[in-house]
Amino acid sequence: MSVVASFVVPVHPHPLLVPEANEGYGRLRAAFEEAAARIEASGADLLVVYSTTWPSIIGHQIQADPNPVWNLVDHDFHDLGTMHYDFDIDADFAHAWRDAAERRNLTARTVNYHGFPIDVGSVVSLSLLNPGNRIPAVIVSSNVYANRAETTVLAKSCLDAAKAAGKKVAVVAAMSLSNRMFTRRIEPEDDRIHSLKDDEWNRKILQFLGDGRLEDVGQLSRTIHHQIRVQKVVAFKPMWFLSAMNGHRNDLTGEVLAYEALHGAGGAVVHLDPTSNGQGDKEYDEEDVEVFGGDRNVLDTETDTPDAEPLSAPAQAPTGGPALWDPVEGEDAINTDTAPKPVGAYPHARRVGDMLYLSGVGPRQPGTNAIPGGPIHDAEGRPLDYDIKAQTQAVVNNVERVLKEAGGSLENVVDVTSFLVDMDRDFAGYNEVWAATLGKVGPTRTTLAIRSLPTPIAVEMKVVAHLPQ
Amino acid sequence: MGGGQIVAGCLAPHPPHLVYAENPPQNEPGSEGGWEQLRWGYDRLRASLAEVEHDVVVILSPHWQTYVGTHVLGLPRFEGFSVDPVFPNLFRYTYDLNVDLDLAEGIHAEALAAGLDAHMMRNPDFRVDYGTITTAHLTDPNWSKPLVVISSNRSRTYYSVEVMQEMMAELGRATKKAIEASGKRAVVLASNSLSHRHFTTEPEVPEDMSHEHITSHAMHLWDMRMIDHMVNGRAKQLLDEMPEFTEQAIAETDGGALTWLLHALDLPEYKATLHGYGTVIGTGNAIVEWPAWRHKEGTA
Repeated sequence: MSVVASFVVPVHPHPLLVPEANEGYGRLRAAFEEAAARIEASGADLLVVYSTTWPSIIGHQIQADPNPVWNLVDHDFHDLGTMHYDFDIDADFAHAWRDAAERRNLTARTVNYHGFPIDVGSVVSLSLLNPGNRIPAVIVSSNVYANRAETTVLAKSCLDAAKAAGKKVAVVAAMSLSNRMFTRRIEPEDDRIHSLKDDEWNRKILQFLGDGRLEDVGQLSRTIHHQIRVQKVVAFKPMWFLSAMNGHRNDLTGEVLAYEALHGAGGAVVHLDPTSNGQGDKEYDEEDVEVFGGDRNVLDTETDTPDAEPLSAPAQAPTGGPALWDPVEGEDAINTDTAPKPVGAYPHARRVGDMLYLSGVGPRQPGTNAIPGGPIHDAEGRPLDYDIKAQTQAVVNNVERVLKEAGGSLENVVDVTSFLVDMDRDFAGYNEVWAATLGKVGPTRTTLAIRSLPTPIAVEMKVVAHLPQ
Repeated sequence: MGGGQIVAGCLAPHPPHLVYAENPPQNEPGSEGGWEQLRWGYDRLRASLAEVEHDVVVILSPHWQTYVGTHVLGLPRFEGFSVDPVFPNLFRYTYDLNVDLDLAEGIHAEALAAGLDAHMMRNPDFRVDYGTITTAHLTDPNWSKPLVVISSNRSRTYYSVEVMQEMMAELGRATKKAIEASGKRAVVLASNSLSHRHFTTEPEVPEDMSHEHITSHAMHLWDMRMIDHMVNGRAKQLLDEMPEFTEQAIAETDGGALTWLLHALDLPEYKATLHGYGTVIGTGNAIVEWPAWRHKEGTA
């Protein structure tokens, strides 16, 4: 697991500059300090900050100045004082992240310029969460035009780079909850959330996060943006990033360390630990995305970008593999739209008496063809990092869908032949997911190492089930 | 005192690309040119302003974005190094500007008197925004006049274009009143582009003009419509259409600068001069001058 801890923190300068001005600012400051201690205890060796106060236009920008030093003054709250910063940035990781992003079809670039204006959210985060530059950090911008797919793939490219470098990452989303401030100066003692409606939404978000339901908040991002967000240039995107960094999970262990008003906006410090809260994961309904299909230059009429896919096109895995077929129909055939399309002329399953024989099942997702955990190579055959546990879980889910179509469940499985393309690398992860799923049912099993599969997947299962009519 | 006046008002957009293309000594990156249509437009604007005697330049920039009131630079001098956070590869500029503190405080006071929330910015570490610096440079690369720099209150994002217009109308009238009370001759600059949808990729050579054009035909039509209003003296109609324009063209008029300018100029019915129009990474930019001094002397 690359991500060892995740945090949501506010972007206003008050907890950094004037924590004594208001008890709430002080509680936020204390929560920052508690978060800093937890980061240190987590063993993280890299701090990744996604900041909503750093908007970008040309893709995403990643800070790569090894030692940015400057004095920052907030545009609104300049009277609170000057924020001096002197940070240690992991420039090598920044470049690796950019390269990984480009491999996933994103536009990204590193910035390494003396005097580059690091944004308020990043400065507050790094100053309070990483005092004395205990661990190196990296900062990424929030693209003005980025949608969920682009933000998700940005996170996955970060994970690619982290895994390749063996980094243990603490992730920080520098963001407000509701972001409507009072439009006139108020005294610190009069600070409160701008409206009851904003406060209620903030508390609902924090309830979700406190329950570890990060992906659910990600799924609600657009709704949240419409309900309690002033329509600034950067929409409510950080939950997309944070959730993708955590594998789109809903069973994290969450804790709200503080929630206070910052000139009317909602500011919270939240810790999300990757340890499962034991509540079980919950479904989500937006597709996973591995490679950005892109809205890049969607308005560009030039002919030199013919490969740009329309925004609404489903994300496709970079298969470079065979065409997809409609399942073959027949009297005893079992087919379902909830399973991925075959790569040849065969049904999803065939019934013979009380027995059900499934065609080989992989992890591809129905409809999108995306591969949870990532493809094992790109369209040019270049190897990619991937998550065997996510792939194996997706295989089991697909098996279950076919069985459900036939009127059964995983309980009916009696024999499985599994195929792995990299036994040495993947057996342990595959075995772990097996134990938690089919292993509890108890079918016989044979696991084989093979050279390759028709699509860029690492695991496939051949399943036989006993399913009396 | 009294007898001050606005001698010219200009729409003077701030793409840092134009400074980059010019290769001035203040800017670090080097280029092979580019965006000549707009740069020639600025040549014409500079030549025109050189004929107008003035004491001070007042700028409202959309890139000093404030959400808690309107802010005014409040120290006599600011010097520093400005790096564009979006295009740091193009704009890394050493600046040294003088502020007309008396007029700045006069505008601040008039804004307060008009019921607006206003603040003087007196932190010496404050980095002046790159929009202000770009517009100031492009209209006067020698920085020969003191400036008054006003922030862009983002009331449009908090409320609506209509509320933004009401607030900027007040601020424009307050600015005019303060200038008249100061006895000074002022050039007033609204530092914003028109349509503002960017391309999200950049050519390998940023100044490769084979890649430069408007992002869509709709953006072009909106820009031309706004310019037509300007050059035919239809300020009121332009402001009437501002909500639709700002929404549909994702226009940078959302920052309020153009509304502020037109009200400072008392909604001019005389024809503005179009010095140039061009696109920068897809956004539409017009350089327009309302020659108020000529109008007042009956020579426009």
